[in-house]
Amino acid sequence: MRGNQKYDIIVVGGGPAGSLAAHTAAEAGISVLLLEKDPEIGCPVRCAEAIGEDVLQEFFPQDFGQHWISASIKRFKFVAPDGTEIYPRVDIRGYVLDRKHFDADLAARAAKSGAAIKTGANVTGLLFDGGKVSGVKCQIDGSETEIKGQVIIAADGVESRLGRWAGISTSVALRDMESCYQVTLGNLPVEQDMCVFYFSQTDFPGGYAWIFPKGEDRAHVGLGIAGNQIHGISPEERLNKFIERYLPGAPCLSVSIGGVPCANRPSRISGAGILLAGDAACQTNPISGGGIAGAMVGGRMAGQVAAEAVLKGNVSEKFLNRYEKMWDNRVGRNQRLYYKIKLAIQKLSDQDLNETARAIQRLPQKQQTLIKIFQTALKYKPALVLEVAKLFSPFSREA
Amino acid sequence: MIQVDNDRCDFCGTCVGVCPENCMNLGAAYLEIEEDICTSCSYCVLICPVKALEIYEG
Repeated sequence: MRGNQKYDIIVVGGGPAGSLAAHTAAEAGISVLLLEKDPEIGCPVRCAEAIGEDVLQEFFPQDFGQHWISASIKRFKFVAPDGTEIYPRVDIRGYVLDRKHFDADLAARAAKSGAAIKTGANVTGLLFDGGKVSGVKCQIDGSETEIKGQVIIAADGVESRLGRWAGISTSVALRDMESCYQVTLGNLPVEQDMCVFYFSQTDFPGGYAWIFPKGEDRAHVGLGIAGNQIHGISPEERLNKFIERYLPGAPCLSVSIGGVPCANRPSRISGAGILLAGDAACQTNPISGGGIAGAMVGGRMAGQVAAEAVLKGNVSEKFLNRYEKMWDNRVGRNQRLYYKIKLAIQKLSDQDLNETARAIQRLPQKQQTLIKIFQTALKYKPALVLEVAKLFSPFSREA
Repeated sequence: MIQVDNDRCDFCGTCVGVCPENCMNLGAAYLEIEEDICTSCSYCVLICPVKALEIYEG
């Protein structure tokens, strides 16, 4: 890579966390480099692409891209293991995004604010100066190069290696990693305003299966299984079985594979000269696995704190630590609670789920709220009921 | 030791995320394991969405 080999801030990873961090820092007037290991930003998409309307409105009040939207969601359906269907009343609207365009636009906006961007750039290690992270080692076009930066923002995704190189323990416990397999199917009679969730501890242990509309006659059909409950039947094999049962013969347009950390954040998400954001910092909703909103919130915060640190000439570990406090104040405290709720939900057996669904079905439709559903489902865990009711949604505010 | 089936692997990084030894190197289209660090704990084999990893004696 020719030209400048020194930046105020280096952001690693061109997903929503990385692009929001780069955008925010560049807007503050400091020099920013965004590195993406894949040859193209927004590709491949490893995501079910659902997000709440409120987060997008907060981030893009004026400049919302209509081409980011594959489908607008107004309804949900939950399907119990025995096939009992319930239609919870929800007042949350959401979208299934087109991440290919969304991610590319976020990176383009960062570039417009002054950030330099390099794709096909794989970070293979960190540089240190007196115990502080001071840059990255990077493979670009087959050759190794070193780039100096005052603050490194690690938005390197689920693999989260930069944090570990900096001495922060970011490896996710097996039980907290959802192993996911998703296909996009065509020629389907799917209702384009509804997200459908299938629950079964037998078929989707520690997770769930989903059908999310993707515009026209297409839908994302996928599932996630908790890493400690795969039991030799891979998510790919489980999804093939699911499709055979519910959507036999539908043509497959694309395949998307990946892991979702459904955990508390690591005990540290900042260090000397480094901040972690997005999946790399487990900034997801541990119940739904939704991670776009958390990545946007965390990425913007990281960019803001990093820029402040550079402008004040204080990139010490202590100064950067304010990022952790900001995250915890807005999201982290709730995240710890959601994580406990996730563990409680995973204890529900197929029989519990079936009985809950049938009990809900007997209620008048207007009483079939998320609150009522979880009051029924978690009647033996009363302290969790209200929290679950508020939080169980891929569109809940913080992820 | 762990072997990667490059035809099955999609380079999604899920295995790297659960690796307790930080011994897996991932690029846009390669996954390699540093055998001198790997303890053959097999977390990567268990988590893989497509059974692209295998443990073998060696």
